[in-house]
Amino acid sequence: MLLIPCPYCGKRDEHEFSYAREGHITRPTNGEQLSDAEWAQYLFMRKNPKGVHYERWMHAKGCRRYFYAARDTVTHEIYATYEMGQPAPVVDRGNGR
Amino acid sequence: MKQHYSIFTLARNAASYHEKWTEAWRSPDPKPEYDVVIVGGGGHGLATAYYLAKEHGITNVAVLEKGWLGGGNTGRNTTIVRSNYLWDESAHLYEHALKLWEGLSQDLNYNVMFSQRGLLSTAHTVHDMQALRRRVYAIQLNGIDSEILTREQVAEYCPILDCSPTARYPVFGASLQRRGGVARHDAVAWGYARGADARGVDVIQNCEVTGFKIEGGKVVGLETTRGSIGAKKVGVVVAGNCGVLAGMAGFRLPIESHPLQAMVSEPIKPVLDCVVMSGQVHVYVSQSDKGELVFGAGIDSFNSYSQYGSPPVVENMLNALIELFPIFSRLRFLRQWGGIVDTCPDASPIIGKTPIENLFFNCGWGTGGFKATPGSGHVFAHTIATGEPHKLNAAFSLERFATGYLIDEHGAAGVAH
Repeated sequence: MLLIPCPYCGKRDEHEFSYAREGHITRPTNGEQLSDAEWAQYLFMRKNPKGVHYERWMHAKGCRRYFYAARDTVTHEIYATYEMGQPAPVVDRGNGR
Repeated sequence: MKQHYSIFTLARNAASYHEKWTEAWRSPDPKPEYDVVIVGGGGHGLATAYYLAKEHGITNVAVLEKGWLGGGNTGRNTTIVRSNYLWDESAHLYEHALKLWEGLSQDLNYNVMFSQRGLLSTAHTVHDMQALRRRVYAIQLNGIDSEILTREQVAEYCPILDCSPTARYPVFGASLQRRGGVARHDAVAWGYARGADARGVDVIQNCEVTGFKIEGGKVVGLETTRGSIGAKKVGVVVAGNCGVLAGMAGFRLPIESHPLQAMVSEPIKPVLDCVVMSGQVHVYVSQSDKGELVFGAGIDSFNSYSQYGSPPVVENMLNALIELFPIFSRLRFLRQWGGIVDTCPDASPIIGKTPIENLFFNCGWGTGGFKATPGSGHVFAHTIATGEPHKLNAAFSLERFATGYLIDEHGAAGVAH
């Protein structure tokens, strides 16, 4: 069971949250110029790292706000949670970034 | 030639107190170069090597396994085999596998304990039943056996399933694939390893790949924990690690890795003679030959490589289980574990070429790879040997994510394997 520190509500059990996958994926602003393969990179291709993963969670049974987490996909340790719009913090471990 | 397994071999070895059985496969040191190197010594990888040797006469082949044979998802799944998939592409691929399963023990001269005990897939709402009908009719149009059972027929077919009108999850009906069933998962890996080894394939355990040697967009070898190995072609079949291997080769996959949990109960007398799965409430169950009930859950939502999952998933599965089978409510659990499944956005696998020449990937089987083991190995061997996909896996290319030709099998593959 993960104990996830929501930036707004504090530490809560995993089952209060819903997972919203990889974070920091920016929608291309030049969509008309992109090839199908480039669109596929944006839509489908993922880092899926063994190590630090920068991902989104939503506190579905709490404040219902989205936030980011830097979490280790091997140990499940959560290094940091931070608000949407903030840059990813540097975590001194693994190959996530 | 390897020792042939038969009743006579058994009797002869019994006479010598079973002390003279020979090894089932060699444990050779890696050679400097191979025509084909398969990365991953699970069922799919070993099957690929076996069919490369048997069907295509390519025997200068190595299978590299970082741990022990079948120690990944081959040894962690719930052993269910079926081919009741909605779309033509999937139906043909899984049916190809099922037909190979039906002759596999004889082909390998190794008992994989394939038991076609019937597979029941229940529906619990009106809409569930409508979706189930649609799937059954599509499956029948593909010439694959599948039938619809009414609630009364389900109650007769599987008496311990709670089909009463007051059940928490009322059973509206079910689909039944009589040719579906279970197989012994370890035996599949061991049988293919033995068969491949007998044809000259080097099966090398405790040999982890740490990088690819790529020259001019073309793979020419691998770096491993047992030194450099040259390779004319490389096939990567590493469920639960394909993102890591793709990263080594410098490209990305549309795959995320999640834990999938399963568990077994204490062994009890025979009580369940078919496989029951419910996609609606996320549980699937069968009884092993040892008497243990084997249960599987849905995936954990978050990315992980940990090979364990979170308790809420187990709790959800057990809640559903005891509502469907009140008779199981006092059973004790023997053990519980997780495997890492590589899931694609369309819940279908990727089998084919990659941006690197002569490097082939077979991955993304998500929660349902075990049932496809023989078919997957068969078409992947064809892909590697000829450089072009077999007609059965042509649609399962990496390019489909750019063309938009997705094979959406969430309905069939979202749960229950």
